[in-house]
Amino acid sequence: MSSPAEATPSARPAGRAAFAAIVRREFAGYFRTPLAYVFLAVFNAFAMSLAFFVGNLYEAGTANLDRFFLYHPWLWAFLAPAAGARLWAEERRQGTLELLLTWPVTVWQAALGKFLAAWLFLACALLVTLPIAFTVGYLGRPDWGVIACGYVGSLLCAGACLGLAALASAVTRSQVIAFVTGFLACFVLVLLGYGVFDGLLVGVLSDETVDAVRRLGLWRNLEPFTLGIFDVPAAGYFLSLAFAGLGLSTLVVDRR
Amino acid sequence: MALIEARNLRKTYGALRAVHDVSFAVERGEVVAFLGPNGAGKTTTMKLLAGYLRADAGAASIAGHDVAAAPIEAKRHLGYSPEGAPAYGEMTVREFLRFAADLRGLAEPAERVRATLDLCRLTDVAAQNIDTLSKGYRMRVGFAQAVIHDPAALILDEPTDGLDPNQKHEVRRILKEMASRKAVIVSTHLLEEVGELCTRVIVIAKGELRCDEPRDRFLARGADLNQVFRSLTA
Repeated sequence: MSSPAEATPSARPAGRAAFAAIVRREFAGYFRTPLAYVFLAVFNAFAMSLAFFVGNLYEAGTANLDRFFLYHPWLWAFLAPAAGARLWAEERRQGTLELLLTWPVTVWQAALGKFLAAWLFLACALLVTLPIAFTVGYLGRPDWGVIACGYVGSLLCAGACLGLAALASAVTRSQVIAFVTGFLACFVLVLLGYGVFDGLLVGVLSDETVDAVRRLGLWRNLEPFTLGIFDVPAAGYFLSLAFAGLGLSTLVVDRR
Repeated sequence: MALIEARNLRKTYGALRAVHDVSFAVERGEVVAFLGPNGAGKTTTMKLLAGYLRADAGAASIAGHDVAAAPIEAKRHLGYSPEGAPAYGEMTVREFLRFAADLRGLAEPAERVRATLDLCRLTDVAAQNIDTLSKGYRMRVGFAQAVIHDPAALILDEPTDGLDPNQKHEVRRILKEMASRKAVIVSTHLLEEVGELCTRVIVIAKGELRCDEPRDRFLARGADLNQVFRSLTA
């Protein structure tokens, strides 16, 4: 038995290779257990049920999906933390964080790779719902641009929730605690601007303050996308949340 | 040039002085036994050298690259297996080693994985999930990821912990085979490993360096190595 020959790095830039390896491992990691398929099925089932039975999508008789996207902040508030809970908590629990951070990879590369893989997984969940768009296309003549914009908005909303989930995952070694903390953070953002919560604020706070609170919520920022408007400030809001969560989680992991 | 170097390393956790002013250098061809009681600061020192922890003061370097200033370069030349040899349990051995090879950006990663599986005698379990392996195999997987890039410096935290005598012999044999080309630090509680494997001994206790000498001088301290160890770490 002989020692392996002298190892040589590939011509590919090492940082990019490390980043790509992390994205591949993390994304494939979702599909190593049946949990991923359960997740995709649950997301699809809830998305459809809410759209048809709560949002009365069919009875509305209009060829658009605004009633479908209406409930996505709720879905992401629950499911993005479910998908993101493992990002760092599992590394801490298994002890592999020490391994990962002593390999030639920066914390930023690792964090971004993990985040991107999780976001891609959430994009898969959205892809699974595409039959509803084709159904609307079959029944009527929808504006496909509006529907595409809705999907983009929903994906951005997922990224925002995932940023918070990544932060929640970075501060604990328990996936359960990471999930609950992430969910609560997202839940607060869903409540801001949501009808019932809104009603509580009206009368107590000035109209301007209530409107400012609404603007901090997920729904208010998703709404323009469901109407076919690519709202740049709203996209900035979602991306800011995503990158703030990502950045803070990196700082937490990097404190050693 | 020393391949592994610690210069006045210090690390405290609140009031606890985990590592205090520790300095040493390990040259190519040396296998250093890192001895000390539990909580002495061995693992913390190794984590500082590997770049997992940041030193409060002092510096560490691997193959001439400062671990704090040029961490990526330093880590490229280092193979490190943490205590307990953690690994991604849901991956197969082959997938895990391929991930390590890809992450290190190695050329011909499939060939590297094959050679490392062969070196560490893991070929028979290559398709098994790491979670399903015995402790002996898991320790070897941890060792395999540390040597897949044939690093100049190797730091192994209790690589033979929990192994049966045959498995210990196997790990020591592989290490001996590599020793002439590398600088190696091995932390251990097993004093028999000093005579069998190492060329030099460093003893650390209460975060301080208590002894740093060639193996033969250490062995000459007394016939009862347990007694020698107790007196040095008291």
